[in-house]
Amino acid sequence: MGLLSKKDAKLITDPLADNNPITIQVLGICSALAITAELKASLVMGVAVLFVLGIGNVVISLMRNIIPSKIRIIVQLIVVAALVIIVDQVLKAFAYDLSKTLSVFIGLIITNCIIMGRFEAFALANKPWQSFLDGIGNALGYAVILIIVGFFRELLGSGTLFGIPVLGDPIDKTGVYSLGYENNGFMLMPPMALIIVGLIIWVQRSRNKALIED
Amino acid sequence: MIEHLELFFKSIFIDNMVFAVFLGMCSYLAVSKKVATAVGLGAAVIFVLAITVPLNWLLDQYLLQPGALAWADGSSNGEGFSGMDLGFLSFIMFIATIATMVQLVEIVVEKFSPSLYNSLGIFLPLIAVNCAILGGSLFMQSREIETFGLAVNYGVSSGIGWFLAILAIAAIREKIRYSNVPAPLRGLGITFIITGLMGIGFLSFGGMLTGGDEEEVSPEPTAQVEEVKTEDAKKLADNTKIVE
Repeated sequence: MGLLSKKDAKLITDPLADNNPITIQVLGICSALAITAELKASLVMGVAVLFVLGIGNVVISLMRNIIPSKIRIIVQLIVVAALVIIVDQVLKAFAYDLSKTLSVFIGLIITNCIIMGRFEAFALANKPWQSFLDGIGNALGYAVILIIVGFFRELLGSGTLFGIPVLGDPIDKTGVYSLGYENNGFMLMPPMALIIVGLIIWVQRSRNKALIED
Repeated sequence: MIEHLELFFKSIFIDNMVFAVFLGMCSYLAVSKKVATAVGLGAAVIFVLAITVPLNWLLDQYLLQPGALAWADGSSNGEGFSGMDLGFLSFIMFIATIATMVQLVEIVVEKFSPSLYNSLGIFLPLIAVNCAILGGSLFMQSREIETFGLAVNYGVSSGIGWFLAILAIAAIREKIRYSNVPAPLRGLGITFIITGLMGIGFLSFGGMLTGGDEEEVSPEPTAQVEEVKTEDAKKLADNTKIVE
């Protein structure tokens, strides 16, 4: 790690596993789960949050000494809202179909608790570079969960990954479908996202006993 | 009248904030350990949604929609103010409205009803960043709710839907403390899975307003496809215009 000191690197790696924003801190579930029926949408959502959280953390950190603490929530909301508008306009311009699929959930990044949580807990008290790393780390931790959930839901629900069929053709009965396999349409329903996250939490806590609650 | 009833039941059961679109999950998971606190937060959410959704509806109708500014100079056909589209400002306008309204509601409630303030008070600041509130306004915009009355109705009923969900999960979590849940699932994990199962239960309300499988199944999807197509075509035309 030439570029990053050990402490800085920890800022990025910690949220990926043992301090994951979704499964441990329980933040940012709101705007995430509904869009994980497709892997592509999950990936784009992850990148959008990465952008907003990375830049937002730096901006808040730069302003940390001049924001009066009484109105800090509003200042934070305005910073996030401005960044989210950029993401929304870029998506509308370059990936119109995707922005239709994500619909209001791009807007809901504003109230994504991860972002406000990191602003409050980290950026308001730390220097810009550390805040940037913290933002990137947490957004990656968030993206990893989204991608895992999106992977399983798209694979089992429609037999595709990124829209490309990987299990054969369900109509011509090729690939695994010739063995009598059927797509589980239920995986595309919203409640399955919750159950998959529940299972991820189960696996993670079985592997690391220190995380078990009471 | 009938569309009011339809919207009311649709927003509570079919498009339930928590089970269908996962809005407000953070506070839903964090504040659902006891029934009493869950009731307090749920009531605050109904209250704030009932105020902010109609307000944002007014903003959307008279400021943000394409052509919404026509009242300012009486123009039409895309001349003057009526040609403006401030839609890109909606996120910032909505969140600013919500944040100020929450502050205002907090001050007013503190002044006039200290007892209500004591039961709602701690939850009100939390609510400004509850996705269910912003989500309510954004869905109101994207579903193109037509009248002010319907917007009020939508705010109240989606709040009630959220209230029901948090009440139900809080009651279950109080009981589940006495069950023998596998250790790694305790707390968060089992709550996720129960919410998923409740969501599956709520899916069964889906057929409630279409009158079952017999009628209205075939005409609806085709109409929807056509709608999307014309919309896309319009968008495409718009884009080409810009390119030219």
